[in-house]
Amino acid sequence: MTSHVTIPDEDGPLYAAAKKVYPQSVKGRFRRIKWALLAFCLGVYYFLPFVRWDRGPALPDQAVLVDFERRRFYFFFIELWPQEVYYLTGLLILAAIVLFLMNAIAGRIWCGYLCPQTVWTDLFLAVERLIEGDRRDRIKLDGESWSASKVGLKAAKHFIWLMIAWWTGGAWVLYFSDAPTLVKDLATFEAPFSAYLWIGILTATTYVFAGHMREQVCLYMCPWPRIQAALTDSDALNVTYKFDRGEPRASVKQAAQLKAAGQPAGDCVECKQCIAVCPTGIDIREGTQLGCIQCGLCIDACDDVMGKLGRPTGLIGYDTLKAVEARACGTTPPALRLIRPRTMLYAAIIAFVGGAMLYQLATRAFLGMSVVHERTPLFTTLKDGSIRNAYTLRIANKRSEERPIAITLDAPMGTTWEVVGAQQTADWRPIVVIPPDSTLDVRLFVTMPQPQAKGPSQMIQIKAADLSFGESASVKDNFFAP
Amino acid sequence: MTNPTPISHEPDFDAVTGQSTTGHSWDGIRELNTPLPRWWLWTFYVTILWSIGYWLVYPAWPLISSHTTGFFGYSSRAAVTVEVQALEQRRDQQAAGLKTASLEEIKASPDLLRVALARGKASFAENCVGCHGQGGTGAPSYPNLTDDDWVWGGALKDIQTTIQHGIRWTQNADTRVGEMLAFGRQGMLKKDEIEQVVDFVRSLAKLEPAKGADLAAGKAVYDANCAACHGEAGKGNREVGAPDLTDAIWLYGSSREAMIESVHNGRAGIMPAWSSRLDPVTIKALTVYVHSLGGGQ
Repeated sequence: MTSHVTIPDEDGPLYAAAKKVYPQSVKGRFRRIKWALLAFCLGVYYFLPFVRWDRGPALPDQAVLVDFERRRFYFFFIELWPQEVYYLTGLLILAAIVLFLMNAIAGRIWCGYLCPQTVWTDLFLAVERLIEGDRRDRIKLDGESWSASKVGLKAAKHFIWLMIAWWTGGAWVLYFSDAPTLVKDLATFEAPFSAYLWIGILTATTYVFAGHMREQVCLYMCPWPRIQAALTDSDALNVTYKFDRGEPRASVKQAAQLKAAGQPAGDCVECKQCIAVCPTGIDIREGTQLGCIQCGLCIDACDDVMGKLGRPTGLIGYDTLKAVEARACGTTPPALRLIRPRTMLYAAIIAFVGGAMLYQLATRAFLGMSVVHERTPLFTTLKDGSIRNAYTLRIANKRSEERPIAITLDAPMGTTWEVVGAQQTADWRPIVVIPPDSTLDVRLFVTMPQPQAKGPSQMIQIKAADLSFGESASVKDNFFAP
Repeated sequence: MTNPTPISHEPDFDAVTGQSTTGHSWDGIRELNTPLPRWWLWTFYVTILWSIGYWLVYPAWPLISSHTTGFFGYSSRAAVTVEVQALEQRRDQQAAGLKTASLEEIKASPDLLRVALARGKASFAENCVGCHGQGGTGAPSYPNLTDDDWVWGGALKDIQTTIQHGIRWTQNADTRVGEMLAFGRQGMLKKDEIEQVVDFVRSLAKLEPAKGADLAAGKAVYDANCAACHGEAGKGNREVGAPDLTDAIWLYGSSREAMIESVHNGRAGIMPAWSSRLDPVTIKALTVYVHSLGGGQ
């Protein structure tokens, strides 16, 4: 059997090998902003676990601590219990909307200045530049065959990278345990295995992401560039090449010839400095694009060149799409519209969610109580015919002091109650003592004489009153009878 | 549908890729003979080697009456035993305070009480719920442990004694003994006398006696036969396990028929002695737990 098979046309390979980017160093306004933000962000990340915050003798004194063992989250004056994890939902909403607002005002501020991927990549690039030299030297070094000096340089670079990565992982675990103690335990190899494991994981991710993958993370792994492209509009500031001023491109000499011939010549001299300094290796002159993280380094590079040529700076700069189009048509660009429905909506959501969280935090109850009615049995008939119900009360003391709590009832006359293990009473009310910053389960027996105990059920209210702080909590539940 | 082409064993090459085929053809579609990737094959060989190592290190092959034990004598049963022992040790540490403290001291200390209730609850679920029910609610013939009516006493010490030595548990010398005689079956009371005394007892408990019942005759029968154990007023006697007949709680049911049955055939419920099966600390914890179910006195 023979058959004629045609090979389908090939549109080229589906896989493109990553082209190594050699960003060149650059000086200028945006570079200085980035250095400052880098120092600030990393400073906070590395040193925050060591900041102390006094919460009394019963609680840890670490300002920011995620205490899995005792199930508490501490952030300076805020202490959260697991059931209050909805604050995290609020934080996530705030984070998303702040990201949207930043984007509506000035594009990818997050990507360019604040994203951990950007910050650590910047740091790793600085190390690379320090050891292997600037762009030209690095390209040359990578092209050379292996020699002792090349091995030495590469080894030194990777060693420092790994040290930074290791410190990054080390700082991470400090947020989950008392930092000074853990540092000591880590040094003496007495820390729990999970600490070493997480340091290892974060060392690996930091080393791989910031040292090796760099812009690949932004181009292929991160969802935000895709979302951002759908969210931006023509009123948002973005890092923009002003093609109306730059085109047609011509070298200084060509431009002079063109002008002499009465033909138009742009300010762009095709020096390609903007491409050389770009950490993702793109050409900003092709317009706003997914690969542009808007770090502003091309602005610094272009301003530097324009300054040297004696031309006005700002050929590349933060600009809106509307302004560029207006200038291209020869009309005056519209004023920047910071206040528009989109930004107002984002600001309103931020204010609403932030306000709700603040309100919740300010009115947070320090005494909580929940109740579970005993199911086996629902009720017990006693010798004299009266009916008893049992309840388990879970009383939460969110203060850092031990607190005596009196249990009272709102129930028909003749109802009596007792708490298992309650030793003392105050005005006939049983008292339970709740240890600091913890919950206690106590068993409550409520007995109602006949005929008050009406079946099948009636509502009673159980109240917990703090004798020292004057706070109270109450719950309602059923009292069952035959 | 066409029949599959017979398998040819001549080497057949695919025109497009130049690769050999398996010779199988289904409706003209042939299968390329793509060899397994090297890495896959080597991984497979390594797993074979690994399995041989596994046979040597761990118990693997069944023999006639035993099995190969492996180099290090590992056994999953021994591993579990070690873990169980470690757990028991940890529990004993937690319950160390229960060993020396008296029942009253345990009840008075929040920390000891918490440990005792947890341990008692676990042990109750394991040993007691079969008869006394989840939460100690009981069933007909099996006492409800949450109410305040106790056949043998509801103080801490009484509960502990009952758990330790059981009720009518002949294998234990100190077991609780007391007998409700089979008045009818053994011919001590006639049928009408039984009905009379039941009606009289019902009147004691404020239950409805039968219409036209002779309560005076019933009282005479009661005084002669029942008062010795249940008392003149029917309040019972915990020394011999004679229940209170005046209250609202009836272990074997409060119907007239159930009461006639009790007098005719007698009752002798049995509870095992747990001292031979549970350690003293667990019995203490169980005592405190049962005492805390609501009826403790």
